[in-house]
Amino acid sequence: MGEISSINWPAGDFTRVPYRLYTDADVFEREMERIFQGSTWAYVGLESELAETWDYLTTQIGNRSVVVTRDDKGELHAFANRCAHRGVKVCRQQRGNSRFFICPYHQWSYDAEGRLRGVPFIKGVGGKGGMPDDFSQDDNALPRLKVAARNGVIFASFSEDVEDLEDYLGETNLQYFDRVFDGRGLKVLGYSRQLIPGNWKLMFENIKDPYHASLLHVFLVTFGLFRADQESRVAMDDTGRHALLISRKGEQKVSASISDIKNLKEDLVLADPRLLDPVKEFPDDATVVMQTIWPNLIVQQQSNTLALRQIRPRNAGSFELHWTFFGYEDDSDEMQTRRLRQANLMSSAGFVSADDSEVIKMAQDGVRQYADDAGLLLLDGRGTKDTPHMVTEVALRAFYKHYRKVMGL
Amino acid sequence: MTFERWLVLQKLYNDYASSLDDGPLSDWPDFFTEKCLYLIQPRDNYDAGLPMAVVRCESRGMLQDRVNAVQETIMFEPRYLRHHITNIEADDASSDEFQVRANYSVIEVLNDDLPRILSAGRYLDTVVLENGLLRFKEKRVIYDSVLVPNSLIYPL
Repeated sequence: MGEISSINWPAGDFTRVPYRLYTDADVFEREMERIFQGSTWAYVGLESELAETWDYLTTQIGNRSVVVTRDDKGELHAFANRCAHRGVKVCRQQRGNSRFFICPYHQWSYDAEGRLRGVPFIKGVGGKGGMPDDFSQDDNALPRLKVAARNGVIFASFSEDVEDLEDYLGETNLQYFDRVFDGRGLKVLGYSRQLIPGNWKLMFENIKDPYHASLLHVFLVTFGLFRADQESRVAMDDTGRHALLISRKGEQKVSASISDIKNLKEDLVLADPRLLDPVKEFPDDATVVMQTIWPNLIVQQQSNTLALRQIRPRNAGSFELHWTFFGYEDDSDEMQTRRLRQANLMSSAGFVSADDSEVIKMAQDGVRQYADDAGLLLLDGRGTKDTPHMVTEVALRAFYKHYRKVMGL
Repeated sequence: MTFERWLVLQKLYNDYASSLDDGPLSDWPDFFTEKCLYLIQPRDNYDAGLPMAVVRCESRGMLQDRVNAVQETIMFEPRYLRHHITNIEADDASSDEFQVRANYSVIEVLNDDLPRILSAGRYLDTVVLENGLLRFKEKRVIYDSVLVPNSLIYPL
């Protein structure tokens, strides 16, 4: 790995973030090693996607492809998606059902736990060739990941030493995780994938940044779905790596306190109001909870759209954002249709989310050209603790506090 | 498909493409019946029977809401699109409502980038004759290019 020497934090704290963190290939490599292959739990899928014996899916942790499977005892497994022989992906489908994974190159086969079960010509052909006597199939299993599932959501880790998932999430983040994943069966409504030309951290930060949500997202502000003057708060775990933005819906009106918002369209009305017809479905009063779970997951509850946004970094300058939209098995048809209509706000063509993919590209264009400079995170002071409002960049500062420690930068 | 129907459909899809490429965008909802279904869906959802679409409009009003969002609320880099619609096929079962499938590809040009294919796939449509005009009662845009290059702003 290259030496990282030119990272300069000009303020000595977390209020100035060097742009080079978004552009440098060596920083990216260290992130893959220390964060995504380190002591973290990465989201990999839902149990409902692996409902049957021998169901599998392929996903990504950082820039590495991983296979997740369910065996005939109902156990979940995850292993590296690369043949022990020549490194070819042993599974090329997104999802499916298969007892074995056969490498296309020389047909080495692996089972649902990633154990090597078959090597053609292992004893040679007609007494010629074959593997040496000391070749062991057991020694050539695919590297296994640690797996944990909670209320239908599956996480995996390359690290053996990672703490329990519940401790990893911390009390408050666990409580809000369980608010959406409350044990009811989950029903996948479908997927959406975007390749965003920006650094992966820009996406993670975007969901820790309520400042932009109340300004950039004119649609949200116009229809009172997210506003700076609403009752809201930012809550984190002790480390600052996870965060929650929790907010309650307001009105479509101009108030003195938000007159700074230049783009508010006070007179905009929906031609078909069915597009936004939110109903209360959780016990508390929050209408929006956006949760970032370090390092690769965003859990979104905006009105009645529920989605898991998985961040799949490709290189310093691009990542895939992989959306899984879901509801509950006990949803009525009406509720499912409501979720599908409200999904118009989200993902690549979303009335709200398209703002984000566009602005992330613009941010990357800027930091790439001025990589020696540093950004500013001073809204609401210099602190890194929870706040009872949204006019703050506290969750970004807390994120960089944790990031610096893990990265040793 | 009769030659006459093929000609009429060529004209419909040419008009649709020109309208989206050169505007005004406010004309787009007029290509649809009042009650309609317009979906933009990645191929994997469609193949798996999953209902999620990245764009879902269930009426001309919802199409209008999307026009308003593009014109008034969404922040995006300026861009130009060119729709290319080919291989139009239709059934001849009826004279006032028929199924059409066609291939499409859309080239996108941004200010500081080379042109690229924004989306490629097929249209699965239901076209109806309404007051002497052909309109879409249903239009499913199924894109093979499952990974969207950044954002989809304008309709396909």
